[in-house]
Amino acid sequence: MLALFRRDILLAVRSGGGFGLALAFFLILVMLVPFGVGPDRAVLARIAPGILWIGALLACLLSLDRVFQLDAEDGTLEALATSPVPLTGLVSAKAAAHWITTGLPLTLASAPLGYLLGLPTSGYLWLVASLGTGTVALSFIGTFGAAITVGIKRGGLLLSLLVLPLYIPTLILGAQVVTRAVSGQSPIASLALLSGLTLLTLALIPAAAAMALRANMR
Amino acid sequence: MTIWEYANPVKFMALSGRILPFATVLSAALLLTGLIWGFFFTADDFKQGSTVKIIFLHVPAALMAINIWLMMLVASLVWLVRRHHVSALAARAAAPIGITMTLIALFTGAIWGKPMWGTYWAWDPRLTSFMILFVFYLGYLALWQAVEDDDTAADLTSILCMVGSVFALLSRYAVNLWNQGLHQGATLTATKESPIDGSYYYPLLVCITGFITLFVTLVLLRTRMHIRLRRSRALLAREASR
Repeated sequence: MLALFRRDILLAVRSGGGFGLALAFFLILVMLVPFGVGPDRAVLARIAPGILWIGALLACLLSLDRVFQLDAEDGTLEALATSPVPLTGLVSAKAAAHWITTGLPLTLASAPLGYLLGLPTSGYLWLVASLGTGTVALSFIGTFGAAITVGIKRGGLLLSLLVLPLYIPTLILGAQVVTRAVSGQSPIASLALLSGLTLLTLALIPAAAAMALRANMR
Repeated sequence: MTIWEYANPVKFMALSGRILPFATVLSAALLLTGLIWGFFFTADDFKQGSTVKIIFLHVPAALMAINIWLMMLVASLVWLVRRHHVSALAARAAAPIGITMTLIALFTGAIWGKPMWGTYWAWDPRLTSFMILFVFYLGYLALWQAVEDDDTAADLTSILCMVGSVFALLSRYAVNLWNQGLHQGATLTATKESPIDGSYYYPLLVCITGFITLFVTLVLLRTRMHIRLRRSRALLAREASR
């Protein structure tokens, strides 16, 4: 499992494309917002939490179809499925690797991007905290979507149609953490709910994704 | 004699073929009675005027939209646990009806909302939940379309229905934290006496029963269609291989 985790990270970093792409997408998206809504700092500051969360969410989506696709094409996935590692472990390792290569960089990049959008100073800590917690859930839910669509040719669009509705609770709670922090309310309750959601995802998704993979490989 | 006997497609076809004419007549009669009674033989509300009568479409449709998803969840679980094909096909047959009911609830709600709230749409938790439910139906249907192998499609959509139910429920309660509501809470409950006046309550009950029988009719019809489709495909495959 650990070996698979390391292999996935190395592949993502060395093959190029996947690793930096999500970050670049996030940057461009945040850069596009002022062009769309105007450079007024008050407006930008007000919508910054939502924009940063939606940006992170979409950037997460970008690299999802690669989670299983390449391994499924060259048969590695079948070899992995017959190995003694349980399928739930395989899915978890894949999701964790996806988080390290996508969620974590996005979380770290969110603070400077928040500055660009004029996010009030009280929000930074909570922005990083909420994204750090929430992107874990995003990676796991996304891995489930990838497991469902692995057998479908050109499944990328379907993948986003399936995964985005599942992202709604995470987005609501995550953006709420930051909005509450910015408006001076205590964001602890929202962060606790978000962590609860992430833990639920961690408990539920690997089993469901493993079931989906098994159905796809039969 | 258990319900599981009807997992056998032949027995299911025989039984559903016998039920179908009755269900059709019953749903037509109930819907006609309920809607005509509701629309033409009830008094206008003292505040809402005649717009209140949209309740006879809105409430049953909204009720069905949620319960059809639940029925799909049960059918999916039966497929995953006991692998009865009829069950998987029934879930597939129910989804387009469910998405239509969701749309009816959203549209009648919009028409009702304009004179009452002054707007067709508000980002109210209940309204938003219905839009979310609509996207869940869309994803479910799209997945059925996209997967070629029948059994794999049934497996994957069942798993999606299961996971989707959890997240739809989470969304339902997460939106409560996110915005204040315009929409009233549940008025009809099974445990309490109805606060609605009898002159509205009884036609509403007839309409709800009408919608339920309509759903039963349509789901039987569509399940039979899917079974026949599969049979004819099997026949064609046999012809081709000969």
